Amino acid sequence: MSDKTIHAFYTDDDVLLSAVKQVREKHYHIEEVFTPFPVHGLEKAMGIADTRLAINAFLYGIVGLTVATVMMNYIMIEDWPQNIGGKPSFSYIENMPAFVPIMFELTVFFAAHLMVITFYLRSRLWPFKKAENPDVRTTDDHFLMEVDVTGKDVEEVTKFLQDTGAVEINLIDKDAH
Amino acid sequence: MYKVSSKLNLFAFVLMGLGIIATVWGFMSAPGSEDDVKEMLANEAAHHGDDHGAAADTHQVAGHGDAHHGGDHATDGDHHGGDHIEHLYHQLSNRPWAALYVACFFFFMIGLGVLAFYAVQRAAQAGWSPGLFRVMEGISSYILPGGIIMFIILLVSGLHMNHIFVWMNEGIADPGHENYDALVAGKQGFLNVPFWLFRAGAFLVGWNLYRWNVRKFSLKQDESPEGNVWHKKAFKHSAAFLVFFIVTESIMSWDWIMSFDPHWFSTLFGWYVFASMFVSGITVIALVTIYLKGKGELEWINDSHIHDLAKFMFGVSIFWTYLWFSQFMLIWYSNIPEEVTYFVTRIEDYNLLFFGMVAINFLFPLLVLMNSDFKRINWFVITAGFFILVGHYLDIYVMIMPATVGESWFIGLTELGPVMFFAGLFLFWVFRSISQAPLLPKGDPFIGESKNFHY
Repeated sequence: MSDKTIHAFYTDDDVLLSAVKQVREKHYHIEEVFTPFPVHGLEKAMGIADTRLAINAFLYGIVGLTVATVMMNYIMIEDWPQNIGGKPSFSYIENMPAFVPIMFELTVFFAAHLMVITFYLRSRLWPFKKAENPDVRTTDDHFLMEVDVTGKDVEEVTKFLQDTGAVEINLIDKDAH
Repeated sequence: MYKVSSKLNLFAFVLMGLGIIATVWGFMSAPGSEDDVKEMLANEAAHHGDDHGAAADTHQVAGHGDAHHGGDHATDGDHHGGDHIEHLYHQLSNRPWAALYVACFFFFMIGLGVLAFYAVQRAAQAGWSPGLFRVMEGISSYILPGGIIMFIILLVSGLHMNHIFVWMNEGIADPGHENYDALVAGKQGFLNVPFWLFRAGAFLVGWNLYRWNVRKFSLKQDESPEGNVWHKKAFKHSAAFLVFFIVTESIMSWDWIMSFDPHWFSTLFGWYVFASMFVSGITVIALVTIYLKGKGELEWINDSHIHDLAKFMFGVSIFWTYLWFSQFMLIWYSNIPEEVTYFVTRIEDYNLLFFGMVAINFLFPLLVLMNSDFKRINWFVITAGFFILVGHYLDIYVMIMPATVGESWFIGLTELGPVMFFAGLFLFWVFRSISQAPLLPKGDPFIGESKNFHY
């Protein structure tokens, strides 16, 4: 049995969004959608689960806060006790106001950088990676929807996609590659 | 058209009635003379025996350490007891006035904060919020009665019917007088009663004028939406108001709050008070919206609007903390005596309140409202909102009380009375204004976007 997909092209994000909804209503399987810019509400329409990046960000922030606290406690209090603002108490908690800006900055630093790195890894993006999008026009002004048509009536799906506003439809036989 | 339920009105009037009774009781129970204070102390000692004797001792110690009114008290050791009694008498007779002042300002600032938020929405031509314009117009209408009462209290203070403002003391600018204070004398060009009252009046008139005009434009826009003439007018007035507001709000915060500690100053105080009023105002918008939705009104408001309001509550709470901390850290770090007394008084005499209110205003919204899904759940928003309002009442309390009642503070009927009264007046007036116009500003050019707003 051959693996067949259809590449349907759209030129407008609103048309694409309503097409995605119609295709899902018909219970065709959308493998992927390629867009030149983020389309608001697309993940929801495609039925993709919510991102867990926010939970990661929170955890990374806590890591940053911990690193900042441990680091400054070691540097400023234990290893070489400092007289902070004329208050030589040599206690972390009593001098905490002075450390808050660094605690804040490192929380943000860790959350931001680790979140970007996580996002890249999760999206399988790294330097010198070859682009995955099947058509260069999706980086310019076209939207591409990949619909799995294995075991389906290709004629019927093509006709249906044309009705949703697709400007171009190509049948791709993955076995041929 | 929304009609205020009779239950709500009854509740508002009961609050006002109870508030008046408690407030009057607060004024009656304040000592009438120094002899009353002596008698009170004697009674306390007799009633509670040893336990309370110890408490009275700490009072005495704290009274001496009060860096606030200068070191004069501690220097004349001869009238130890007499000075303490006089000091305590002043604090206790200030207490009902200060309690009235805190509550009056707190509710007034909610109205003003909502007005500023409304002006921001107008000036930014925001698309999500026009569905809430009538709610904001309703809440901001409170600045009329609230402002009038505020001005009366300021006037009464200016006429020396109370002594909550130290800088108004007789002879404070007179080098020969026993009350002479060189620092306050140097500020008399700005900080004198007539100019101070004039500023208060001018600001109140300016704010009320904007609110009056913009409400009129908003209603006119519904009647004749062609060409958006009234919408554009409201836009221009709002932009101009924001400029006027940020200058006058800043000066207002020096006049009405910072001048309680006339020796001390902080350059970001205006922003700090602004953050407080902004977050309280936005919280009240969210609470009123949820209430009206619960009554079946505002059917075009969905949970995305609530989500946006909750984001503002979260964000402005963080902003408030940022300013609180910026003010605290610089003064704590440099440790200059004339600056640091402000925080020393608060940390020593108001420890729990001072740090507790930071926890309520920062940690609580941070943890409760951080999760995106929680911002759409009404009871999360209501809980967070309730604590934000309590926290910001305490914030104002901790700004005003240390300079007026010092270590003799307490939160009892004297304090709750005015809060109940102004809460009742606020509810009554706000819902009355909301019921006076259709809740949907149907002529607003952005109303379609607001109805379809989806996050």
